Amino acid sequence: MAPLATPARWLRRHLVVIAGLGTLGYLLLPNVVVTVFSFNKPNGRFNYQWQHFSTDAWTHPCGVADLCGSLSLSLRIAVWATLGATALGTAIAFALARHRFRARSSVSTLIFLPMAMPEVVMAASLATLFLNMGISFGFWTILIAHITFCLSFVVTAVKARVMSMDPRLEQAAQDLYASPLQTFLRVTLPIAAPGIAAGALLSFALSFDDFIITNFNAGSSVTFPMYVWGAAQRGTPVQINVIGTAMFATAVLCVLAGQLVGRRRKRS
Amino acid sequence: MTTTAPAGTSGTDVRLTGISKTYGSFTAVHPLDLTVPAGSFFALLGASGCGKTTTLRMIAGLEEPSTGTVELAGRNVTGLPAYKRPVNTVFQSYALFPHLDIYENVAFGLRRRGIKSVKKQVDEMLELVQLGDLARRRPQQLSGGQQQRVAVARALINHPQVLLLDEPLGALDLKLRRQMQLELKRIQHEVGITFIHVTHDQEEAMTMADTVAVMNAGRIEQLGAPADLYETPRTTFVANFLGTSNLITADVLDTSGDDILLRASHTKLALPATRCTASARTGEKLLVGIRPEKITLTHADDAGSVPDGRNRITGRITESSFTGVSTQYLVDSPAASGLSVYEQNIERDSRLVPGAEVVLHWNPGHSFGLDAAQNIEAGTDVEAEGAG
Amino acid sequence: MTLTTTTGEPAVSDGATARRKKLVPYWLLIPGILWLLVFFAAPLVYQASTSLQTGSLEEGFKLTWHFGTYADALGEYYPQFLRSIGYATAATVLCLLLGYPLAYLIAFRAGRWRNLLMVLVIAPFFTSFLIRTLAWKTILSDGGIVVSTLGSLHVLGLTDALGLTEGHRVLATPLAVVCGLTYNFLPFMILPLYSSLERIDSRLHEAAGDLYARPLTTFRKVTFPLSMPGVVAGTLLTFIPAAGDYINAELLGSTDQKMIGNVIQSQFLRVLDYPTAAALSFILMAAILALVTLYIRKSGTEELV
Repeated sequence: MAPLATPARWLRRHLVVIAGLGTLGYLLLPNVVVTVFSFNKPNGRFNYQWQHFSTDAWTHPCGVADLCGSLSLSLRIAVWATLGATALGTAIAFALARHRFRARSSVSTLIFLPMAMPEVVMAASLATLFLNMGISFGFWTILIAHITFCLSFVVTAVKARVMSMDPRLEQAAQDLYASPLQTFLRVTLPIAAPGIAAGALLSFALSFDDFIITNFNAGSSVTFPMYVWGAAQRGTPVQINVIGTAMFATAVLCVLAGQLVGRRRKRS
Repeated sequence: MTTTAPAGTSGTDVRLTGISKTYGSFTAVHPLDLTVPAGSFFALLGASGCGKTTTLRMIAGLEEPSTGTVELAGRNVTGLPAYKRPVNTVFQSYALFPHLDIYENVAFGLRRRGIKSVKKQVDEMLELVQLGDLARRRPQQLSGGQQQRVAVARALINHPQVLLLDEPLGALDLKLRRQMQLELKRIQHEVGITFIHVTHDQEEAMTMADTVAVMNAGRIEQLGAPADLYETPRTTFVANFLGTSNLITADVLDTSGDDILLRASHTKLALPATRCTASARTGEKLLVGIRPEKITLTHADDAGSVPDGRNRITGRITESSFTGVSTQYLVDSPAASGLSVYEQNIERDSRLVPGAEVVLHWNPGHSFGLDAAQNIEAGTDVEAEGAG
Repeated sequence: MTLTTTTGEPAVSDGATARRKKLVPYWLLIPGILWLLVFFAAPLVYQASTSLQTGSLEEGFKLTWHFGTYADALGEYYPQFLRSIGYATAATVLCLLLGYPLAYLIAFRAGRWRNLLMVLVIAPFFTSFLIRTLAWKTILSDGGIVVSTLGSLHVLGLTDALGLTEGHRVLATPLAVVCGLTYNFLPFMILPLYSSLERIDSRLHEAAGDLYARPLTTFRKVTFPLSMPGVVAGTLLTFIPAAGDYINAELLGSTDQKMIGNVIQSQFLRVLDYPTAAALSFILMAAILALVTLYIRKSGTEELV
């Protein structure tokens, strides 16, 4: 090891680390604030200034009208949107990764465009369609909108996985007496599973957190992000922070648990 | 072109009739007929892109032939998909299922055929390839040699009529490859199944197979026992691809006797008529081939000691390199330049250094004659990497 | 060991099977593609027609091929357009500057901390981004630590002079909106950067060092060029949503920081002037597609899907 002669040299060696950790701090700061303010007892309707410590909001997470209703609507939509987008997207991904056919590049473009378009454009155009068709806004319009914008992300995630898969594995399965259906169920699907899971997880997160597209297509239904949006105008209950903190903690715990399981499996 | 391997003719053989494969305007395999007798160890040898792997995949059912038929034990299986053929493959880089452990990889074929109790067979098979204690590992936790044995076990457990091996040893290092060559040979001897082995490694093909078919540009150039191919190549490609050959262009002087008499530059050469596969006519050209290890090198000062009746060429050494068992020389002569000579290190003549005048001489019965209309360089510089 | 003899059915002509095989991709494609055609492509067509309609909510709208809407919309809202492009560009550049060191750190210097750092980058995603954006309101509030620190360091005086902030406060200024945009889309920059950096063989750094490149030269000549696919993907994933965003401007800005997304939203949902909203959407879409195409051409990366 070279001796760390001067602070200046030390700084130069570790500049990347310092800058990187700085960015990480920037990324995590709001979460810290959200967590801290979940224990606040604000004076008045807005939870922007620290007043007193309190666990009221944690003991009564559904203590505010409509909050938990909006949460449950968001969860229901996210689950169905994930299922829909994953089913449709996986099929497209397999077609693109495993088959040659005409119109391949047009299909690729059609998949790419929704991701290359600002959400507000997609939101407004879809709402225009529903208006013109005289479809009333609500659960179904939100679900359709969510499946539409999640679809491309699923295709991208699954396609990457299927493309990196050795085609010889499927040939080996056929060579070992697996019919095309068995080959798909026993070999292709299990190996593509991590890609499909990644696509599904991404869909769930995108759908659950979506505001812009939902805002245009929800009518009078209120999802959780729409509830928060409204709250920003009318007054922010502390329970919002409680739910934000709980989601953050659950996510981190799930990932850590997954890592532990993975590590144990590797060891055995 | 009809080529039939010699050896046994029991019922369960592989017969390809007029089989070919074209992709658009590219012909990967020209129509060929080939019969592989039951129980033989057969090698398809060639450089990458020669069509050997395509031929193998057509037997496996993974590639649909453009023309022709595939017969197994007299039954036409051309229209059968891979999963209905009683044939199994050891794939290049093995294609072991990464999501299944070794046991389930080996049991895969049995389970797909609806066999319920597989334990006894799988255990026996893992014993055969000496992997009994690794049954619950995943493929990626195994070494290359172990993965290779799993691939063999996974195929053999199905008792295929024919086992196809696609460059099965290509991913292993040299030492392990030698070991696995003997191991595969042992397994083939034990189970008595027909093995068809695709390789670009001529040494591997000659070591393992009873019959070798040398493929080049979608055609079988020559087929036979390894020693026959080596001693009597019929084309310049085979002569150059299998080992090294010195090919000397010579004019035919006389074809009346048992020996064809030829002249290269001012040197007269003899070639037994039985060892010439081309038609020799007086006044036309012929290629005389001789393997480097069959030539003896004598210093020009001792030219008188060379016995009569041997072909002899004079020349000058341009390069010599010591390789341990032998010394390899390059010799230029008026008859041909860049002649290669391998001398065993028994009694080394210290005068044999670059620049020395020498006489090259050999038994005429060791040379072979080839048609001079071919490319004399064919098969010398083919890239031997990767799949065919 | 014995050989099993002939099993399975006799050989059959597989013309029918081959034809069926050729149809497989179409069966896989039809449901998803149909979905996208109905709910993505068709709405764009509807919107195109809406943008050329005139009328009012009470009397109904009629297609009159009135291209004037485009000119009117552009004439009235060009400041918001320019602001959107400007803010999005600033946020993208900031994301790149902030995100690159972190992606580099995770890819090359993190060692056994790599997984933990990745989790920390992704984890904020799971708290609704509206909640996190609201947290910036607290962080940047007038009496808060950030504002008082910046004030005492006279940074705010400088940013006031540059027009980035106003009256020694950060909230309801361009700085707050750009800061929020940067924060919101930073993970979209870091993830593609990381995945392209991670693929770089670290022996390349040693090889560059062996060939007399100083660390900075190594970065400039080896690491950065090899991470270009990540840079391109990251900037697109940041710029596109940032240009259309209206949440940060709404929550962290004032009426002087409204972006084009805000205008489209209010025209569509409040004013109910559908033709103007549609025309604005189309202009935004066209502008972004043009910029993105130009950018991809320049950076020479075609494979994005």
